[in-house]
Formats: sequence, structure tokens, C-alpha cells
Amino acid sequence: MAHSSNSTLAHHFVDSEQQFDASKMGMWIFLVTEILFFGGLFATYIIYRAWYPDLYIMASSQLDTSMGAINTGILILSSLTMALSIWAAQHNDRKKTTIFLAVTIICAISFMIIKYFEYTHKFHLGIFPGANYTFTGIDHVKAPQFFSIYFMMTGLHGIHVIIGIGLISWLIFKNQKQAFNSSYYTPIEIIGLYWHVVDIIWIFLFPLLYLID
Amino acid sequence: MDNTITSPKNGLKIKRFTSPDHPKVNFAQAEKGIKAWLTTIDHKKIGLMYLGSIAFFFFIGGLLALTLRLELWTPAKTFLDADAYNQVFTLHGAIMIFLVLVPSVPAALGNFFLPIMVGAKDVAFPRLNLLSFYIYLAGAFFSLYSIVTGAVDTGWTFYTPYSAQSSTSVVSMTFGVFVLGFSSILTGLNFIVTIHKLRVPGLTWGKLPLFLWAIYATSVIQILATPVLAITLLLLIMERTLQIGIFDPTLGGDPVLYQHFFWFYSHPAVYIMILPGFGVISEIIGIFSKRRVFGYWFIALSSIAIALMGFLVWGHHMFVSGQSTLSSIVFSMITFLVGIPTGIKIFNWVATMYKGSISLRTPMWYALMFLFLFTIGGFTGIMLGTLSVDVHLHDTYYVVAHFHYVMMGGMLVAFLGGIHLWWPKMTGRMYNEKLANLAAFLIFVGFNMTFFTQFILGSKGMPRRYYNYIDQFQSLHQFSTVGSWVLGVGFSIILYYLLHSLGKKGVIAPKNPWGARSLEWITQTPPVMENFEYTPVVIHGPYDFHKPIAEFEYGIEGSDSHGHEHHKDQHVNIHSVNV
Repeated sequence: MAHSSNSTLAHHFVDSEQQFDASKMGMWIFLVTEILFFGGLFATYIIYRAWYPDLYIMASSQLDTSMGAINTGILILSSLTMALSIWAAQHNDRKKTTIFLAVTIICAISFMIIKYFEYTHKFHLGIFPGANYTFTGIDHVKAPQFFSIYFMMTGLHGIHVIIGIGLISWLIFKNQKQAFNSSYYTPIEIIGLYWHVVDIIWIFLFPLLYLID
Repeated sequence: MDNTITSPKNGLKIKRFTSPDHPKVNFAQAEKGIKAWLTTIDHKKIGLMYLGSIAFFFFIGGLLALTLRLELWTPAKTFLDADAYNQVFTLHGAIMIFLVLVPSVPAALGNFFLPIMVGAKDVAFPRLNLLSFYIYLAGAFFSLYSIVTGAVDTGWTFYTPYSAQSSTSVVSMTFGVFVLGFSSILTGLNFIVTIHKLRVPGLTWGKLPLFLWAIYATSVIQILATPVLAITLLLLIMERTLQIGIFDPTLGGDPVLYQHFFWFYSHPAVYIMILPGFGVISEIIGIFSKRRVFGYWFIALSSIAIALMGFLVWGHHMFVSGQSTLSSIVFSMITFLVGIPTGIKIFNWVATMYKGSISLRTPMWYALMFLFLFTIGGFTGIMLGTLSVDVHLHDTYYVVAHFHYVMMGGMLVAFLGGIHLWWPKMTGRMYNEKLANLAAFLIFVGFNMTFFTQFILGSKGMPRRYYNYIDQFQSLHQFSTVGSWVLGVGFSIILYYLLHSLGKKGVIAPKNPWGARSLEWITQTPPVMENFEYTPVVIHGPYDFHKPIAEFEYGIEGSDSHGHEHHKDQHVNIHSVNV
């Protein structure tokens, strides 16, 4: 096999199939660590909810369900466009790849904008994480704890969305430089996996935080 | 012997490659200069840089330990005040655990040897590997920065509520540990993918050296446990900066929740710190008994069993923290179960030596030392896992002695054994065997003087971490302190002869000084840049000492040719052709 002509194959791999498998497996393992990272917060959420079930119902009413629902829809749409960009790359359609990636980024940015309005509205009411909490609308001594958990979970998720925006922008940049084709689209595939996990985490966060009744 | 033969089973065209002991240009000579080292993506150089860093931090952690022991010479103040004493034991623990033991064998020896042992040219993600080294350095920087800015006095466990209130620089230390965790995760990820995807033809799972099974199990724990530590420390940092009230009881949080979170990582982490040691011991005992390791699959799979069971026992650190009696009973029982796979290993190692042709070279001395010390550490662990006994011994020197027997008598001794086993391969030089034996002897004596004494102190009721103690403990404390000096002398001798072997008077090592069979001993000493000048093909197991060495030198022409996926899981068989 004449590998020297294949510029996308790293020196230590035997062939591109091995490289693709290894990259994909590496990303899956990384995503396991992401799940466990968030898992700590989910455990915190479960324990405090088991201790103070009434608190969660009271505090959840302060969260804007319609904004959360719109954001959920946006992220699901972005997962679709991400998957379509992989499909386009597999079919050597550079233009469509870029378009789908761009739509994914637009969705991600819209998500963050809506999140910004949600956060600033809460700050305006005096709902801050931790000691700065001054809101008096929830008659429960542990109300700050709920919002600490809320800000930690959604904040960390938001950081992951921002990282995703950066990664997908890089994909567009590389795609415009003709880096991908039907035989090499590994970065789109594995960043796509990352993006789906970011999406899935939100799909758990939304009902757990917004839809308690 | 140069004829190509075709394996009848899967049609690989293999032939024997006999290479001289030393390559013209080894990996360290391929590119010269400090910049070539700092920007290298070669796993061997990265492994050596880890080794150097770990040795440096071990030196600092060791000095802190000597400081502690010296302060305990008298019941009251010897030369440190109480606050400084608290900071010194915290730093000793944090440095030894997070900067030395967790990375020790995997990051240094694993990085150097794992790719060679699977016959690969590098780990699966070489640049990620370099990145994890720099993340390690960044984490180390934050940890050391905390020393300059007021140190930390919480103990290495950072228990709330004190860690949420202490005026010392808890944030920079915990942030350092948080960062170090990412290095650990990325290394584990790299190793798992490398073992899965980069094995050469013929290297089935059943032919993996046991060291790799151990590293694999370790990596699984690193992947699954370290993220939980990351989120725990992040919550703790948030507790200190934003007062989020999750762990701090004055804000309505729950300090025992912190302990659950912390030990959910840190108990599996003790298996991160010991499993690679088990792997090293399996290699040493096989090689120096010249016998196929007894119970290969039992040793291999018991590593996986320990890795998984390790996640179910964290509550045994909290028997006196106020968890429910039922939880304590369950955790205690599962803790006993961990003794089973560990015992399986010990018995199999001893059975390997039985009727073996044992040669007592330095690595073997360390392996024997390991068996002795780790068995004591393991049995005292069972005692501490017993509820009623633990109530008496909790937070005494008995616990201190127990974990030094497993962590230092176990892992560190195994690490030293591994360094002595692979030093000739890594550096191309032999160390002075007489001095090495002397140092091993001093370490054994010094270690037992230091820590066996502490079992006695602890069972008599001496609490851990105390600055003052009652007069009747003084002679035992002094005996322990003298032992620490013996240990210090032993380690200094090791440093001397290892450095000496690198100098002009050092003795050149042959390719395979121990007559071993796994791939790292088949390639040249020190290895070439991409480890092999051909693609090795594995025919026999790593401990098939009864087969001639020639049958371990087969391979395929060309360094990146042919079937990985298609052949690596198949046995290559040459019995039916005349070799």
C-alpha cells in the first residue's frame, strides 16, 4: 500500500480504516468521561431533590418553560443538521457540508442567546448562584441550593455549547480548504458525536429542571 | 533462516528479522536538542519526560516526608510550628498521590512500553499524548503555586467543611488536581484505544503481556472515575468562590455528600495507583522465574474485576462519618470481596515461581519485596474493612501504615522494580547490580522500620495527622523516624547509580539482558524512532520461555504493511511449517 500519497493518514497508522476506527473509539471514550462529569451534577440534583422535593417544584416554576422548550427544539434541529453535514461530506458535497455546519452553528448561537436572556432575567430578580442570592419569591430555605445546581448544570452545558461552536467553526474553515471528502471526514464524524452528546445532556436537563410539576 | 514462510492459517508472509543489539540511530539520537524533546510526539521521549518529572516530584514529596518524621522526633514542637506541620503533611500527601503515584507507572513506563509491547509505532493519539504531558505540568504548576501562596492545610482529601473555610490556598491546589485529572483521563483514553486498535498481527488478547492487561484495567478506572473527581473539585472551588452551599453546612450544604463524591473517585483511584504495579510484578515474576506465568487469564481478568469492584466500596472510608449502618455493612462486605481477585494474583505469582528457574536479579528482589509488603498491606486492609475493627482504628497511624504498605510497599516498590527491569531498554545502559541490591535491601529495612512501627502506634491509639503526642509514644516515633532516614539513604543510592550508569563509565546493555520474550525485548536497545524496522508478528505468548527466542523474531517486511484489523485477532501458527 502506498501510503505516502495519502496526506490525511498519520504516520503511526497502518491504513485509514484503522485511523478512522481509532479516532472514533477515542471520541466515544471521551464522551463517556463527559457523561460521568455531568453525572456528578446529576447525582447532586437527585440527592437534593430526594431531600427537598417541594423545593424543586416551587423553584422550577421560576424557570421559563417556553424558552427552555424553544431551546430544546433548536438543539434537536442542530443535531439533525450536524448529521446531515456528515452525510454531505460522505457524498463529497462540500457546499452542502458547509451549509449544514453553518446552520448548526446558527442554532448553537441562538441557543446561547436565549440562554443569555434567561440568565439576565434571573440576575435581574436577584437569583444568583450561591451567596449573592437575594430573591425572596420562593418560600424555601434551600432555594439558593436549587439555583446553584441550576446554574452549575446549565452553565457547564453552556460552556460545552461554546466549545462546540468553536469546533464546528474550525470544521467549516477546514472544509473550505477542501480538507474533507468521502474517504476522509473523521473530524466531522467525531465532532458530530460530541455535538450529539451536548444535545442529549440538554434533553435530560430540560425536563429535570423546567418540567417539574 | 531468511526464507519467507507463509502461515498456513491466514496467509501472512512472515520471515525472521535478526537485528543487531544496538541501532545506528536510536530514538533519542534521531532528533537532538532540548526543543526536539519538548515538542516531540514520540511516546518514548514523552515517557522519559514523565519519568524525570515524577522523579523530581517524588524527591520533593520525599523531603516533605522526612520533614514530617523529623518534626515528630519529640512529642511537642521540634522545629516546625503546628500550622506548618499541617501544610507539610497535606503537601506530602497531595504531591505523592496526584503527582507521583497516579501517573507513575502508566505515564512513565506505560507510555514508553505500551506501544512497543503491542508492536505499534506510537500510541493512537501522539499529539494528545504530548498535550497530556503539558496538562500534567500545568496541574503541577498550580499545585506548587499553592505552596508559595500559603500552602494547604486540609489534608490531601480536602474534606469539607474545613476545606470550604480554611484560609490557605485551597482553590489553586484543587484546581491543580482538577487539571491533573485531565492529563490522567487523556492518557487512559490513549492507552485503551492503542490496545484495542494498534496491535500487530497475531497479538490476540490472550497473548498480551499482563502488564498491558493491568494498564488497560487502570485506564478504564481513569476514564470512569476521574471525571467525578473533576466535578467534585469544581463544586468545591465553586463552594469557595461563590458559596453555592452544596457541601458547606454553614450554607445549608452537606459535608458527607462531599465525602461520598470524593471517595467515589479516590477509592477507585487507589486501584489506579496499584493495578499498574500488579502488571509490573507479573512481568518481573515471569521473566525471572523463566516460567509461563501461572493462571494467565486469572491474573488478566482479576485486574478487570478489581477495576469494576473498586467502584462499589467507597463507603468504607466513611464508617465513622455518619452513614447508615446498612450502607456500612454492605460496603464492608463488598470490601472483603475485593480481597478475592487480589488474592488470586498473589497465589498465581507464587505458583509461577514454584519450580521456576529463579534468578535473583534486582527487579526480582523488588518483586519479592512487593509480595511481602503488599500482602501485609492487603491483610491490614481487610482488617480496616471490618466495621468493628475500623471504629477502633479509624484515623490512627494504623491506617497510615496500611496505605503506605499498599501504596509505597506496593506501587512504589513495583515502580522501582519496573524501572530496574526496563532501565537497560530505556537507556541502553546497565546499572551497578551490587549497589542496586544494597539499595533494595536498605529500602526494605527502612520501609519496615518506618511503617511497621506505625501499625503498633496506631493500634495503641496514636491518631493520624496529630502534631503533638503523649510521651509514651516517643520511642516508637523515633524508631519510625530513623527508618525514614534509612529509606532516604536507599533512594539516594538509587539516584546515584542510575545517574552513574548514564555517564561515560556506564556499562552498555545488550538487547535482551534478562532473556525475556515480549516485543520490547525483541527490538533494539534503545529502540529506534518508530520502535521496529519491520512489522512484528506475534506467534507465541509473552511468557513462552520454553520456545526458542528465534520464534519471537518473526515479522512482515516494511514498517506499515498489511493486515491489522484482519489478522490481529487471529492466532498466527508456524508449527505446521518447518522453521
